[in-house]
Amino acid sequence: MAVTVRIPTPLQRLTNGQGEVACDGTTVAGILEDLERKHPGVRERICDEQGKLRRFVNVFVNEEDIRFLQGDQTSVKDGDEVSIIPAIAGG
Amino acid sequence: MIGLRCRECGRVYPKDVVFVCEFCFGSVEVDYDYDGIRRVLTREAIASRPPTLWRYRELLPIDGEPSSGFHSGFTPFFRAERLGDALGVRELYIKDDSVSHPTLSFKDRVVSVALSRARELGFDTVACASTGNLANSVSALSARAGFKRFIFIPADLEAGKVAASLIYQPTLVAVEGTYDEVNRLCAEIGGKYPWAFVNINIRPYYAEGSKTYGYEIAEQFGWRTPAHIVVPCAGGSLITKISKAFKEFHRLGLIGEPRTKFYAAQASGCAPIVTTIQERSDIVKPVKPNTIAKSLAIGNPADGYYATKTALESGGWGEAVTDEEIVDAMKLLAQTEGVFTETAGGVTVAAAGKLIEQGRIPRDESIVICITGNGLKTLEPLVNRVGAGVRIRPSLASFEANLAEQLASAAARPSQG
Repeated sequence: MAVTVRIPTPLQRLTNGQGEVACDGTTVAGILEDLERKHPGVRERICDEQGKLRRFVNVFVNEEDIRFLQGDQTSVKDGDEVSIIPAIAGG
Repeated sequence: MIGLRCRECGRVYPKDVVFVCEFCFGSVEVDYDYDGIRRVLTREAIASRPPTLWRYRELLPIDGEPSSGFHSGFTPFFRAERLGDALGVRELYIKDDSVSHPTLSFKDRVVSVALSRARELGFDTVACASTGNLANSVSALSARAGFKRFIFIPADLEAGKVAASLIYQPTLVAVEGTYDEVNRLCAEIGGKYPWAFVNINIRPYYAEGSKTYGYEIAEQFGWRTPAHIVVPCAGGSLITKISKAFKEFHRLGLIGEPRTKFYAAQASGCAPIVTTIQERSDIVKPVKPNTIAKSLAIGNPADGYYATKTALESGGWGEAVTDEEIVDAMKLLAQTEGVFTETAGGVTVAAAGKLIEQGRIPRDESIVICITGNGLKTLEPLVNRVGAGVRIRPSLASFEANLAEQLASAAARPSQG
């Protein structure tokens, strides 16, 4: 079992059209590194040159926004779900 | 409309279903051929058109004829002398979308535009994630336009707002979570099903409708812009679009250069934008909302960054108000100007009052307060807070006994035997 990463539509062409990718890692940062290894180019889309998540990218671990947790140091374990969602909220 | 462009990195996209920049995830915005529009859209042309939001058609993102919102927009704009006196200011105006047709909130503007564009893009099903007003508007306008419709709301929304959506018989989905969770779910559903989520996958078109609130203020104020404007902030889009509207009118030569200062108004139980403004930061930290102003209860505002910029770059500011202050302000507006606004309007009036008291908004310059929704939509917060009438028996004696105080100042008419 690994961690399931949900990929938003705009990124799916970098993951061969897959909306879900299984990744390994113990933190969100580690998961994103593994995602980049499996699908090169993804990280550049969601992180800036300093490696920080771009302003308009939200990451959730099991439906909790990581900004309420430990940011990219939030720990993850087997069976967890990490969702990458563009920041669109209003209405 | 010529296409879409990323607000962050400037990448250009065709005028299709694109809502996020593929490269940097920034939001995309509609771009126009302003030189072409300038030749057509004059003050006279605008003034000659019907009193609806479509009088500014060329500045709205549709290719053909509008297919929604035939009576929406062009709401009242008036001088508020009694409220001005109460707040101690000389020149106060209210822009009143509490009477917007058909669903009594400014959402009718953005939905009219979204549905017209959705039709052009070939959708047969529309949807939205809503804190209430948007749900009402999409339910109503999509019924009239003949779309299949799915409405997603937080399950704890005010009963009035829920019934006001169900009456139009959409498929209503009550999600057990916060608005932010509803929104996130809808982003995922929109990626899977071919539906036009008005505030998600066709958001760039939808958001443009808010500009009409600003165009109307400029036109109704006599083709000029106020010195100060106080705007309620939920997702943060409205304040940025009013600013864009003023700038576009200037670019088209319709008004002089706008120098309006923009002020964000939020509830203290959900004030991520005001906090960012007051910290002069450029990172909006999300919060978990806890306020009676449910229509502003968006803890993770998509346009928070741009809303902050709009306020700070204009020389404006932002203020947050407590739930008590919100209800007091709703009463004040009703008692002074006869306008019954929902909690979001209370937030705006209360924030304006605070900013005036603080000296941030001067007392002798023009000020516009933005009212965006009707009070009948949020009756729950008023229960036990608006007092009660006087209860009497049906007799003159009972009347006079129970209202002795009020009658002391009113003289009785001579008896007519």
